[in-house]
Amino acid sequence: MHGRGRSASDTRRTTGLPAPLVPLAGIALLFLGLPILGLVVRTPWTTLAEVLTRRESLDALRLSLVCASLATGLCLVLGVPLAVVLARGHFPGRGLLRAVVTVPLVLPPVVGGVALFTAFGRRGIVGRPLDEMFGITLPFTTAAVVVAEAFVAMPFLVIAVEGALRGSDRRFDEAAATLGASRWYTFRRVTLPLVAPGVAAGAVLCWARALGEFGATITFAGNFPGTTRTMPVEVYLTLQQDPPAAVALSLVLLVVSVAVLAGLRDRWLTTGA
Amino acid sequence: MPRSLTSIGAAGVLLTAILAGCGQGSDSADPASDATSDTGGEPSAISGTVVVLAAASLTESFTELGAIFEAAHPGSTVSFSFAASSELATQVEQGAPADVFASASPATMALVVGKGDTAAAPITFARNSLEIVVPAGNPADVTGLDDFARTSLTIALCAPEVPCGAAADKAFSAAGVTPAPDTLEADVKATLSKVTLGEVDAALVYRTDVLAAGDKVEGIEFPEATEAVNDYPIAVLRDAPNAVAAEAFVDLVLSAEGSRTLSKAGFDVP
Repeated sequence: MHGRGRSASDTRRTTGLPAPLVPLAGIALLFLGLPILGLVVRTPWTTLAEVLTRRESLDALRLSLVCASLATGLCLVLGVPLAVVLARGHFPGRGLLRAVVTVPLVLPPVVGGVALFTAFGRRGIVGRPLDEMFGITLPFTTAAVVVAEAFVAMPFLVIAVEGALRGSDRRFDEAAATLGASRWYTFRRVTLPLVAPGVAAGAVLCWARALGEFGATITFAGNFPGTTRTMPVEVYLTLQQDPPAAVALSLVLLVVSVAVLAGLRDRWLTTGA
Repeated sequence: MPRSLTSIGAAGVLLTAILAGCGQGSDSADPASDATSDTGGEPSAISGTVVVLAAASLTESFTELGAIFEAAHPGSTVSFSFAASSELATQVEQGAPADVFASASPATMALVVGKGDTAAAPITFARNSLEIVVPAGNPADVTGLDDFARTSLTIALCAPEVPCGAAADKAFSAAGVTPAPDTLEADVKATLSKVTLGEVDAALVYRTDVLAAGDKVEGIEFPEATEAVNDYPIAVLRDAPNAVAAEAFVDLVLSAEGSRTLSKAGFDVP
């Protein structure tokens, strides 16, 4: 747009990074990186080992990893079908449906926790009959942690998978159909493998969001060591009495999540990207 | 080269503009407090914003006192942050721009005093005791502290890290009961909300919280409550941006009118 008849070196320069983006990207990196650096700087290294080997810390970490993984599994089982319906279905009110899916993203998580009570609590729409007929109550159990995390994290998966489906080439599906493949077979063997990187990216986001979930969890699942006290809740409570220990715990959560995400990235995300 | 320099400059200007914009919003209290000193520094010239950090259990009574203060001093605003005292103490330590701190326990206040963050010695202005709270109709037929040991009930207590949890611990050891809680909540209002939502059968909160919750809950007094009385200290903070108005607010809390408001909310006033 700027000039005509460019030389070869000119072309190479213009295909590199657009200059105005570089400083802004640098600022973005500092903005995201400095708080993490602050955590590392403030970590009480001398007492780190003691804090980490505390029974409560290990329990909380284990619970966090288990619940975030279960929540991600739940999101995959229910969220991928929802994404397909949103991306490929033709029916009135699809826009409204998409808005409903994004509600947990904008809802303050604590409000999300209260909303979960109104649905699955002892006096909730589904919770009350469940309690009266089967004696099952969800709040304050480990299952409630998984439900709270899945509620908050599922939109990340649904949006990622829906985006991947919209971007994928539908002609492959059509080709499979003309060759006589059933819809279900086409979905499993053609559509899903095509969007696998999108599903993987969505699952990773979903897992990360579930791991850090605090507000909906502490509201709907409460806080009890071993059953519902996840790492973010442990950090929050520790912060009230022993801020340096809370920093140490935060660092552990950070290291574990980065390690898992980096590991998964090498295994999954590079294959299709 | 020149192009990238220009863009760095542009980014810098943009960032400065953004930061300046942010600053304007959060510093809006400053011109008002400057106005206070401009009027000659008379102690009677009370205006601007007073930021009060207060224990969650003070929500109702302090909100009412805030309205009284604003009516008595036109041009002044009282801005409250209600949370667990221990969380507020952390905020003070981290340099939260606040004028007054009112804690639900002397131990939490001692943390702030110990760091040298108060302007003067804290004064005890109220006492609060614990009460059993159950959802309206008392569905689980709770009668006393003994019921907190029943594992079949769903029970919420404050976490031992926050003052109401520490007080609950004292009450249970006085009664010789080992409670079986299902959740340990981060502050007293969170504990209460589990009862008002009907999600737990019983909880231990302050008497003032039972009163504040109205007919959604029922309170049950128990004899061991006298073993776990919390003193509430208040103090003006050392770095108070609006010290004059802060003193005036503390005076109001300690006045006869303050006592009336606090007793009405269920506090014992010394």
